[in-house]
Amino acid sequence: MGILENRFQDNVVVASMDKLLGWARSTSPWFFQFGLACCAIEMMATAASRYDLMRIGMIPRSSPRQADVMIVAGTVTMKMSLRVKKLYEQMADPKYVIAMGSCATSGGPYWQHGYHVLKGVDLVVPVDVYIPGCPPRPEALIEGLLKLQEKIQADRPLTKKIA
Amino acid sequence: MYRDFGTIFLFILIGIVLVYVPLLIQRLVAPKNDSPDKLSTYECGEESEGSAWVQFNIRFYVIALIFLIFDVEVVFLFPWAVVFKELGLLAFVEMSIFLLILIVGLAYVWKKGDLDWVKYRVKYAHGRYRKVITEKEGTTVGNP
Repeated sequence: MGILENRFQDNVVVASMDKLLGWARSTSPWFFQFGLACCAIEMMATAASRYDLMRIGMIPRSSPRQADVMIVAGTVTMKMSLRVKKLYEQMADPKYVIAMGSCATSGGPYWQHGYHVLKGVDLVVPVDVYIPGCPPRPEALIEGLLKLQEKIQADRPLTKKIA
Repeated sequence: MYRDFGTIFLFILIGIVLVYVPLLIQRLVAPKNDSPDKLSTYECGEESEGSAWVQFNIRFYVIALIFLIFDVEVVFLFPWAVVFKELGLLAFVEMSIFLLILIVGLAYVWKKGDLDWVKYRVKYAHGRYRKVITEKEGTTVGNP
């Protein structure tokens, strides 16, 4: 844990610092591009000029070391799930996960007979935002990302957590 | 003149502050949850295989040394060439001596056969190459 993390009683100064940190964290969540299937095409379209993820501060990164958010876009097979887990572990804290599309949230069309598909990426990594759709439209992805930004903003990094 | 150095000192000071203050802030603020998995080498999600301490061919060493010498030579040559007209004859003679020293080195390396990538045969078997085949004798001595 960081030296100042979750150390302080709630007061005006700490709350303001929390707000500042939340603003800094939530307005530039660089995402780890994790395109696994057709959702990746929608993710690419969202990052490209028409929907332009850059305007909400999101830049695609190819290395987990530089990323804050992992967008798991697509069908996670059993074989891939080990890699998803490992790459999530290798990301720098604080880290967030978005399960994009029905495959990543629940297994999707492979729910019943897909012997090779992980039934939801939340079985291996903690997911913050689920985005339904097969695949979700770019608007849906942006909605999910804005929800995630709200969540990051609401997080109180310095305040002591009540057990 | 001393004022100029004062400016440089100020720049160094600001440079040090700009490096260490963000490091201090991140030490205070950033969460630190190290685990063996997190600190493992990033290889696109794969487990890393074997050690990174692999052996390189010794031939790269000689080539790298030769490259470094002539690389530095070019670094000296460019600023010299820019102000060539103002410097006059003395600078030309000085640079010629400098180049001559390096050219002697190049000739030495060339003669020794270090510029050849494949060295099963060397022209003149001196010193460490004595046990290798030479073109003159054509006989095999020691390990090629």
